[in-house]
Amino acid sequence: MTPANYLIAFNGVLKREALRFVHQRTRFFSSMVRPLLWLVVFAAGFRAALGISIIEPYDTYITYEVYIAPGLISMILLFNAMQSSLSMVYDREMGSMRILLMSPLPRWYLLLSKLAASTIVAIPQVYAFLAIAWWFDVQPPWVGFLWALPAVILTGVMLGAIGLFISSFIRQLENFAGVMNFVIFPMFFMSSALYPLWKMQESSEWLYWLCSVNPFTFGVELIRFALYGKLNGEALAVVSGCLVLFTTLAVLVFNPERGAIGKAPGGKGKP
Amino acid sequence: MKLSSKRFVATKHFTQQENVAQKALRATRRLLLPALLPILLPAAFAGASQSAIAASLAYVSNEKDDTLSIIDLDSLEVVNTIEVGQRPRGITFNEDYTKLYICASDDDTVQVMDVASGQIIANLPSGEDPEQFALHPDGHRLYISNEDSSLVTVVDPQKSIVTAQIDVGVEPEGMGVSPDGKIVVNTSETTSMLHWINTETNELFHNTKVDQRPRHVEFSKDGKQLWASAEIGGTVSVIDVDSKEELHKLRFEIRGVHRDKVQPVGVKLSSDGRYAFVALGPANHVAVVDAKTYEVLDYLLVGRRVWHMAFSPDEKYLLTTNGISGDVSVVDVDKLKVIKSIKVGRYPWGLAIKP
Repeated sequence: MTPANYLIAFNGVLKREALRFVHQRTRFFSSMVRPLLWLVVFAAGFRAALGISIIEPYDTYITYEVYIAPGLISMILLFNAMQSSLSMVYDREMGSMRILLMSPLPRWYLLLSKLAASTIVAIPQVYAFLAIAWWFDVQPPWVGFLWALPAVILTGVMLGAIGLFISSFIRQLENFAGVMNFVIFPMFFMSSALYPLWKMQESSEWLYWLCSVNPFTFGVELIRFALYGKLNGEALAVVSGCLVLFTTLAVLVFNPERGAIGKAPGGKGKP
Repeated sequence: MKLSSKRFVATKHFTQQENVAQKALRATRRLLLPALLPILLPAAFAGASQSAIAASLAYVSNEKDDTLSIIDLDSLEVVNTIEVGQRPRGITFNEDYTKLYICASDDDTVQVMDVASGQIIANLPSGEDPEQFALHPDGHRLYISNEDSSLVTVVDPQKSIVTAQIDVGVEPEGMGVSPDGKIVVNTSETTSMLHWINTETNELFHNTKVDQRPRHVEFSKDGKQLWASAEIGGTVSVIDVDSKEELHKLRFEIRGVHRDKVQPVGVKLSSDGRYAFVALGPANHVAVVDAKTYEVLDYLLVGRRVWHMAFSPDEKYLLTTNGISGDVSVVDVDKLKVIKSIKVGRYPWGLAIKP
């Protein structure tokens, strides 16, 4: 296998991911509308209710819109990651995964390509959101837009890896609704995306603890700091750690035979 | 049908496009470079943000701590804290910035601080509970509001003697001297009036009724207009100095903030006549007003209960004292953005800036 072969495979995966995104116009639409609704409607309602005191990385008082913007970027990444792992379930169920696996390249490489491709698709969504958010007074320094890129990539890949890992355990497409309930919502709400953690601590220590071990929180904070040209070392370490951990796990447990077609007679699937 | 075409697309790309390899290689490089750039060059960005202005200092009176915080306007950090008399509120420099006058309200005196040494060198007779004051351009007349005794006391700070006491309305507060030094205007909070005082005779020659609880007055640089804030009324009146007629009444409305919380206190006019800034107290915002059209241009979010304000000597920055949150917010006047909030003592009240 030459490096060129690897690139061809990557290119194929990327194009497929991009095509899937472009063809589903409603998906782009909803990926924009969802965070914007939060920004424009939800944040406006809570603007007065939630006073935000000065916390790192901000130098002064900020509006609630400014506070949740990094959380909403992470929300875009989260939905994108989950959608991408949903497509794995779909591919498995519909049989198109066989084409992917027909490639003579190692499986881990194909999975990594898939992760990278889905993250690349997320990047324009993130920047489109930031561009619109600019009009709603979310105006980080210009350098922040540059700094945010590596943070967005790391967080995107980490969330993708978590999604991929979870998708290995889902047998049917229908079960994906459960992912919404048990993964996306808890991950999003139990994080620093919508409220600073000290605020959480005031109401419940237990919830605070959950929030502070949620990898999503670290992704949000990594992006939040990066947007203001600062580096949150702890968040970087946790996000990178989770990225490696979940990618490894996802590759290890990946089993294309699971799901509708692979279901062995009598339903004795592999563990 | 849709499904099978997708599958076809995927197959095609896996097997056919050999020339894509190079394109992909280029794409990877393009993606990698911007990703690595910020990791490689953090020092370059950090160094560039420092600018070189003369090291002006902002003195902030902390009402509850009985101290002054001194902020370096280059680094925007507190560089020193000095203990002064009880409940320091209004502060102002003399003309050559060698002395700082401090209203020590609970000590019933105006203290004189030697700026070079930071030592209190004199206590001026001031009448009871001095809160705010204004220094006449001649440097010999300090007009002091005595909140509890409905008086304006005139003190010669150099001879340390009271030269006059003028009866005004109940709870005198704001104080302003016209640029030509001919008029002093005092506001009385309970009477809701502006009292015009002739500085030659030390006599009241006119009263103007404004909205409830006038707090602060500010003359325009040409001396033609007087801006007066009314805390409970929630308005700022712009008064023509010659006719004493009201030219305009400003009202404020901030999205998401209840009207009762909009309580204008401090007012500052930029010397180019372009902007007026109005501190809106518990609304935690500073209103930016076009000083010519009286249109409110923007509301800037600052700390809690924003009280008084002061410009840096170059008018690049506007500083605000935020009483409840105990900090000073710095507004970039060109960009009309709050760039930083600096922690000071408890209940910062007044501000004076030494170039």
